[in-house]
Amino acid sequence: MQGTRRNLLRLGWSMGLLAAFGAALVRPGRALAAWNKGAFEAKTVAEGMQALGISGAVESKDLVIRAPDIAENGAVVPIDITSGIPGTTAISVFIEKNPFPYAGSFDFSQGAVPFVHLRAKIGESTPVRVVAAAGGRYYSAVKEVKVTIGGCGG
Amino acid sequence: MAEPMKIRATLQGDVADVRVLMAHPMETGQRKDAAGKIVPLHFIQSIGATLNGKPVFSADISQAISRNPVFAFKVKGARAGDTIAITWTDNKGETRTDQAVVRAAP
Repeated sequence: MQGTRRNLLRLGWSMGLLAAFGAALVRPGRALAAWNKGAFEAKTVAEGMQALGISGAVESKDLVIRAPDIAENGAVVPIDITSGIPGTTAISVFIEKNPFPYAGSFDFSQGAVPFVHLRAKIGESTPVRVVAAAGGRYYSAVKEVKVTIGGCGG
Repeated sequence: MAEPMKIRATLQGDVADVRVLMAHPMETGQRKDAAGKIVPLHFIQSIGATLNGKPVFSADISQAISRNPVFAFKVKGARAGDTIAITWTDNKGETRTDQAVVRAAP
């Protein structure tokens, strides 16, 4: 009787573990990288990049950021990012003068084209820095976005 | 329960152009309500998308993404009739999954 109870408990444990493992497998590529609290709470781009393990990023012309030069509404600034760098697997976005610059990372796998469109909140005029990861190396590009608050545009 | 997402997947050649609109307040934790109280952080943290069940696109995002987030991405090798499924999870653990069928360009 005692033995059965033990076994049942053990079975329960292993099933729980399996379920947890299964959940992690649902999103491969993210399985090991949970939402990176350290990077998201960083107050500077440098700290954010460090928390993400990004280093030695070189400027690249093949990484193209399309965003308005002047955004009249800082609450919704459309940004299109396209990477022409072969083997791009991820794109990270930093809005330098936001209270928490790191806005997010986008991962591409199995046929996804390294392109993303997003809409971000930008508190004040700032450089928007984008970093692409390709083949274990990092490439970056920057685009200045001016935000006019309460103005009638430039 | 969160509102459903609006997902549109249109084929351009063999590339599916996927656009998604998620209904979410994306509170930054810095805004004050009418009573002057800070509205607590409430935002989508993670997004995952699959084409016919295989993961193609995922994202980890911050509260800096605009309210009612819109994203677009492209998947090569898609065909009309394929299924795109998108899931988001927010910082309160709420989650929502919706799907759409890839359609040929009109």
